[in-house]
Amino acid sequence: MVLGRIIAEAAMSLGKNVTWMPSYGAEVRGGTAYSMVVISDDEIASPVVDNADFFIIMNAPSFDKFKKTAVKGSAIILNSSLAETNEKIKGIKIIKIPATEIAISLGKAMVANTVMFGCFARLSGLIDKEKVMKLLKDALAQKQHLFEINKNAFSEGYDFIPANRQNHRLPGLCPVSNPTHGPRGGRIK
Amino acid sequence: MNKKILMTGNEAVGEAAISAGCRFYAGYPITPQNELTAYMAKRMLEEKGVFIQSESELAAINMVFGSSAVGKRAMTSSSSPGISLKQEGISYLAGCELPAVIVNVMRGGPGLGNIAPSQADYFQSTRGGGHGDYRTIALAPAYVQEAAGLTQLAFDLADKYRNPALVVMDGLLGQMMEPVEKTQFTDYKPKLVKKPWALTGAKGRRPNIIRSLLLKQGALEEFNERLCEKYKAIENTQTRYEKFLTDDAEIVIVAYGLTSRIARHAVKALRKKNKKIGLIRPITIWPFPRKAMHDCAKKATKAFLVVEMSCGQMVEDVRLAVNGKRPVYFYGRSGGGVPTNEAIEQEILKIIKGL
Amino acid sequence: MANVLKKTQSLHDRVTHYCAGCGHGIVHRLICEIIDELDIREKTIAVAPVGCAVLAYDYWNFDTTEAAHGRPPAVATGIKRMLPDRIIFTYQGDGDLAAIGTSEIIHAANRGENITVIFVNNGTYGMTGGQMAPTTLLGQKTKTTPLGRDKIREGYPLKISEMLAILDGVYYLERVSVHNPQGVRAAKKAIKKAFINQIENKGFSMVEVLAMCPTAWEMPVKDSVKWVEENVVKYYPLGVLKQNAQ
Repeated sequence: MVLGRIIAEAAMSLGKNVTWMPSYGAEVRGGTAYSMVVISDDEIASPVVDNADFFIIMNAPSFDKFKKTAVKGSAIILNSSLAETNEKIKGIKIIKIPATEIAISLGKAMVANTVMFGCFARLSGLIDKEKVMKLLKDALAQKQHLFEINKNAFSEGYDFIPANRQNHRLPGLCPVSNPTHGPRGGRIK
Repeated sequence: MNKKILMTGNEAVGEAAISAGCRFYAGYPITPQNELTAYMAKRMLEEKGVFIQSESELAAINMVFGSSAVGKRAMTSSSSPGISLKQEGISYLAGCELPAVIVNVMRGGPGLGNIAPSQADYFQSTRGGGHGDYRTIALAPAYVQEAAGLTQLAFDLADKYRNPALVVMDGLLGQMMEPVEKTQFTDYKPKLVKKPWALTGAKGRRPNIIRSLLLKQGALEEFNERLCEKYKAIENTQTRYEKFLTDDAEIVIVAYGLTSRIARHAVKALRKKNKKIGLIRPITIWPFPRKAMHDCAKKATKAFLVVEMSCGQMVEDVRLAVNGKRPVYFYGRSGGGVPTNEAIEQEILKIIKGL
Repeated sequence: MANVLKKTQSLHDRVTHYCAGCGHGIVHRLICEIIDELDIREKTIAVAPVGCAVLAYDYWNFDTTEAAHGRPPAVATGIKRMLPDRIIFTYQGDGDLAAIGTSEIIHAANRGENITVIFVNNGTYGMTGGQMAPTTLLGQKTKTTPLGRDKIREGYPLKISEMLAILDGVYYLERVSVHNPQGVRAAKKAIKKAFINQIENKGFSMVEVLAMCPTAWEMPVKDSVKWVEENVVKYYPLGVLKQNAQ
């Protein structure tokens, strides 16, 4: 949920149209909470995402729930620390990143989110690293230690994607530098 | 500094109320508008206004009644089942000619229904809602930014006409986040009016009385006729809508709120396929922009398609507007279903085939 | 020569619509005398109920609003919170306060709203023609209890003031009666206290006033006085139910 908002904020600051939509319902702690983010250069019709381009999935129950909605060309970024799988889905790219382990090694399990964010930023090419750094710095201006750890977490996630795999192009989705396309969505756990 | 803020529809309404000078809010928890109540709790503390979590929806609307009776801008919000409970108070507000803003973040019904988005309170919003011969101004935003703007307008219109005004949006718009220009709040100047009728203590004047009981022979009829004149004036001057590619449109979609955004995409997609399709988006659902549809019917438009998140309520107003001159079709999803632009395109293609 | 007796400024010089022997006229007068004595007429805002007293504003010479049935405490809350320096009172009957408006009175009391509540209990719905009220006594005949109120069928007369008295938010609560001159004098004292409490920001104050309704009770005025003396006061004993220390 928080990660979805951060991505939406980042895209907004880059001049994109964005919507963020939380899963809402009977409040259950420990359920599979998720949020949906739509980033577009065009007007956004509905914040509801039926077929997402990107899934950022933090744990196994969410993987089981959302893998069914993935369509050809989707990419799933999976936190392999909390969702082990050897599953292969035809036409769908699954990127496994041990985000929680990376986060713990940096000193704070909670920044697993930020690791995933970095990974998404590099993979999608939608979000500029330098701008994110500036946003983080502004947002955490009063909390230097949090800024440091988040900065490192983002970089770890960002660098996890080898250069030859960056800008995972999807039909209808362009990197920030060349925005020409209509609304596409990413479902963010 | 960023010029935009990412806000939910609920928060945008709350901040708009603050910018409109509203310093009284009473509400009762109900999903999907809880963020608004929480937002007001926080902001009223900061602004030294009054926030009350009331014991019921009935109490909330009557607290708003009290605040309004002393001339202060006041707001309450709820979602469908709670709005039903507020209807008694809304009728009294209309009967006493007191301004107030009531926000309905609609969910599925009848009864408890569910907490998914819905537009099923259209009848309730546009027909008065409670007992007696009255109307409420009903503003229906489609964007988070517009939710803020229409909330500000609701306060101004409520004051101007001494009438309750509703801001009606579906649960999706309430919950979703979208960028809102900061200037929406900073540049807006509330249109404050003098309220000589307000109860402030009868100092140096005769006592003011706020009442809706008119027992004297003919008094209520006279009052009802005056109300009726007022509603006519609102219809003549406050009807708002947006037209999108309607000039040459053979089929015009009529949709409001979030549904209109999806319909707009369907229109764009169909235009790419060289289909002459347009969209009318009522911004005020009461007063209803009848003339817009009437005008289209006089020109190129051969048929209308009404799209709603209900089993068909606004479709009746469109039929009244077109008055039998053109066929009016309906496509809707209810109980939490959200129409897709593909489904709307399919409906249009079906209509084209039949023309 | 100094004026020793003045007309009550807060009360219009009008013939009321109340029936002979009705308690409302007495209570109206007491309130208006007190408002004059405290010199608060120009800052008083009253909330009138639904019931016989709905037209109270025809007699009162200060700002007044109607409220929906049972909702005066909520309306008064809205008023007082926005204008804390004004003096707000609700005037409510037993149907209004003890039946349809139980929720509003309980929560206004529990929040300790700094308002004054005058609760006129005559044990019946006078305006609608004498139906059973929550405070109708056991055995009492009404339009809707033709055989008399039966505890099995209709339950017991509601002791709403006793219920409210246990709430921490209540500063002062007293029950009085206007069926005889001593009672009227005690009533005036209690109502005055309830207003002074508000002026001194003490919090929620309420006075329950037992009153007669000879018309709905279907008895001569004289007998209605006797009915209060012999029956009502026994079930609803007079006196202070709550007086906060500080």
